[in-house]
Amino acid sequence: MKYIDEFQDPALARRLLDDIHATVTRPWALMEVCGGQTHTIIRHGIDQLLPEQVELIHGPGCPVCVTPLEVIDKALEIASRPDVIFCSFGDMLRVPGTGRDLFQVRSEGGDVRVVYSPLDALRVAQDNPQRQVVFFGIGFETTAPPNAMTVHQAKKLGIRNFSLLVSHVRVPPAIEAIMKSPSCRVQGFLAAGHVCSVMGVGEYPELAERHRVPVVVTGFEPLDILEGVRRAVRQLERGEHTVENAYARAVRPEGNPAALAMLEDVFEVTDRAWRGIGVIPDSGWRLSARYRDFDAEHRFSVSGIDTREPAECRSGEVLQGLLKPHECEAFGTLCTPRSPLGATMVSSEGACAAYYLYRRLELGTAPAAATTPLEASPVV
Amino acid sequence: MCLAVPGRVLDIGEKDGTRMATVDFGGVQKEVCLEYLPDLRVGEYAIVHVGFALQRLDEESARQTLALFEELGMLQEEFGDPWEQAAAQAGADSTWPFADGPFADGPLAGEATAPQHAQEEGRP
Repeated sequence: MKYIDEFQDPALARRLLDDIHATVTRPWALMEVCGGQTHTIIRHGIDQLLPEQVELIHGPGCPVCVTPLEVIDKALEIASRPDVIFCSFGDMLRVPGTGRDLFQVRSEGGDVRVVYSPLDALRVAQDNPQRQVVFFGIGFETTAPPNAMTVHQAKKLGIRNFSLLVSHVRVPPAIEAIMKSPSCRVQGFLAAGHVCSVMGVGEYPELAERHRVPVVVTGFEPLDILEGVRRAVRQLERGEHTVENAYARAVRPEGNPAALAMLEDVFEVTDRAWRGIGVIPDSGWRLSARYRDFDAEHRFSVSGIDTREPAECRSGEVLQGLLKPHECEAFGTLCTPRSPLGATMVSSEGACAAYYLYRRLELGTAPAAATTPLEASPVV
Repeated sequence: MCLAVPGRVLDIGEKDGTRMATVDFGGVQKEVCLEYLPDLRVGEYAIVHVGFALQRLDEESARQTLALFEELGMLQEEFGDPWEQAAAQAGADSTWPFADGPFADGPLAGEATAPQHAQEEGRP
């Protein structure tokens, strides 16, 4: 994309930083919702370039991280069946369930395959009519439309050996839950740009008004983050709390109508558990009654699984912005991308992974020779 | 997994009754479903996520945003502190993250190996 260099221009970044420094008079705490934004912030050291008064709190916007242990364990059980081909995006392979992960299931003989697109999983089903093909359908509003289209296609083409293990989550109810928490310090949000590319901005004005927080739709390049911070701080200093779109090149106010229509057809809103956080009302999607036949939980009996979270893992606090990754005692010692306690360390968008990848030398938590980035986190 | 990246449409066709395209991501080419952006044309850019084009990238909006940032600089030059500006200019040719600039206490420049998606525009 020809604008990538421009949106990383150090001279323009200085101008934005100058403006933020000139605007801020008091301490403000902003949450960047999306894990992709967290990685940009840590990788480019944006948090360290901002005025001391501006604190960036990392949000729960990593779909891999918030997928509940129970769902991971269901995936592991389904993937272990000899009649099943289990398809997943690559960054789910090392996410720990109770005692093992998908990578281990494959080494034990399970047919686990990594796909780039859910449509690839559908093709696997077409090529293997004698096997059951299950796709691991996790993700936020950006991933749900592709998965919805795939189930729609399966139904249209009459492919009966395909199903979806669904654990989709929605951002606005998570923001609502964060604002309602008694320990909440967040005063403004940088909303996740690509979620809004699909959903538009219509879900936010009421939320911004009710909690009196500015919401700035923000992109993922360094300048996008700085502009999001600049607009949020400007609103806070003026006592305003409106929704602004600072990522207009990829976000239309109405979102993507075709994708929204497909979501409406294939999914219905449901309560969802978020790993480390708990159940958030209306915060997820499940297959609607018309597509229930394609629900892997209905097709396979996977109830009654005994899930156990590692006691040392504090990713729930990290996901709620209550703890920075390096403040966890296990960070970089008991917990590394090679041997993760929780998904926040192994996901390519996890906050712990961002700190491990870009800050661990600075924090003195790693052996000097360790330079391998996220070795087990293939990017899809 | 939630990564979404910008790509340029190279050609458009149909597969199983579905509108598909070949999209170039800075040298890597992938097959992408256009059902959610049916009027996307060859040569245009779109945000692509897990094999689906989700939103057109609007060049005019990109230009306007960059122009706003330029304008901010002009305002700073007009009303800002000349000493701060001189310091900023002194480091203006440095690359991110200003290892020699006015906010030099910053991050670890180049310490970490960039991940595979370092050139991507964005994520979820």
